[in-house]
Amino acid sequence: MKKDKAFLILSLTLVLVSQPKSAYGMHIMEGFLPPIWSISWGLIALPFVIHGLYSLRKTIDEAPKLKLLIAMSGAFAFLLSALKIPSVTGSCSHPTGTGLGAVLFGPTIMSVLGLIVLLFQALLLGHGGLTTLGANTFSMAVVGPFVAYAVYIIIRKANGPQWLGVFLAAALGNLSTYMTTSIQLALAFPAEAGGFIASLTKFMSIFALTQIPLSISEGILTVLVIKSIASYANAELPSLKRLIKEA
Amino acid sequence: MDENKQNKAVKKHSLWTNLLLITIVIVLAIVPLVIAKDAEFGGADDKAKDAIIEIDSSYEPWISLIWEPPSGEVASLLFALQAALGSGILFYGIGYMKGRSKREEKN
Repeated sequence: MKKDKAFLILSLTLVLVSQPKSAYGMHIMEGFLPPIWSISWGLIALPFVIHGLYSLRKTIDEAPKLKLLIAMSGAFAFLLSALKIPSVTGSCSHPTGTGLGAVLFGPTIMSVLGLIVLLFQALLLGHGGLTTLGANTFSMAVVGPFVAYAVYIIIRKANGPQWLGVFLAAALGNLSTYMTTSIQLALAFPAEAGGFIASLTKFMSIFALTQIPLSISEGILTVLVIKSIASYANAELPSLKRLIKEA
Repeated sequence: MDENKQNKAVKKHSLWTNLLLITIVIVLAIVPLVIAKDAEFGGADDKAKDAIIEIDSSYEPWISLIWEPPSGEVASLLFALQAALGSGILFYGIGYMKGRSKREEKN
């Protein structure tokens, strides 16, 4: 046992020493995507947001009761993306909170809610930006929720427990968001030597380790909220096809 | 009566599970502060710029933010406000549903 611990500490130290101190793990800043990429990502994200608006309308028309849970899903994303949490690489990043709504309502409703969060942060907090809004919406409000949704469906189909599905959905949704950000940056800034792959490795290696503990935290927090919803939302549960009641 | 006891046991178990889960989240946030003592723990935003400039030293941001919080204090106020609004709505909802389900149980 002692040997194991010593090994763990040693490897952690090695990782820390060998990692660059800087880490990327947040939204792409204003002005840091060339115009062509700003426009392209905006156009790619747009259909998902439009689908989300229709889906939002349909969900509320069919079950007006769900309004409270929709508001709570947006509020969860709002809350989590305000929390910049320290990570093992010595820098801070924040969770996204989009997994909850994706599991409850499907991915594109979170595209709308995520866009609202990003807009708030770009306009009031100087975090992210308007020209990078499309790219950030695509990573946080499209890819993240879609990955979360798919993971949850797969785990449930394989008869995995609900909490495990939710945990993995939220955690992998978080990780995939930041992987997408890395891909977007690497596409816009391919290295002179090594091109896209070299840049991708750089951006990924910088943020991946930062984001791993945060994705675990995000998974746990999402499980806690889902647990309360699954125990208390008796009136709403019949309309939430994907969630079963818990004690 | 038996069912009642069972319910209580389940609830107690669930309380401990929740506390354990919250503890893990807190530990995950504290451990980095201890093992990476000398790090700056800055927001990653500025550091991303360095990475981009390292790849393409001639890159200049072609547009800047239309408004930025004038100081770190104002920024932290707005971040706190964002978190407060989010948790306000979230826990209003949870409290509302919990109260409602208690009432249903009584009837």
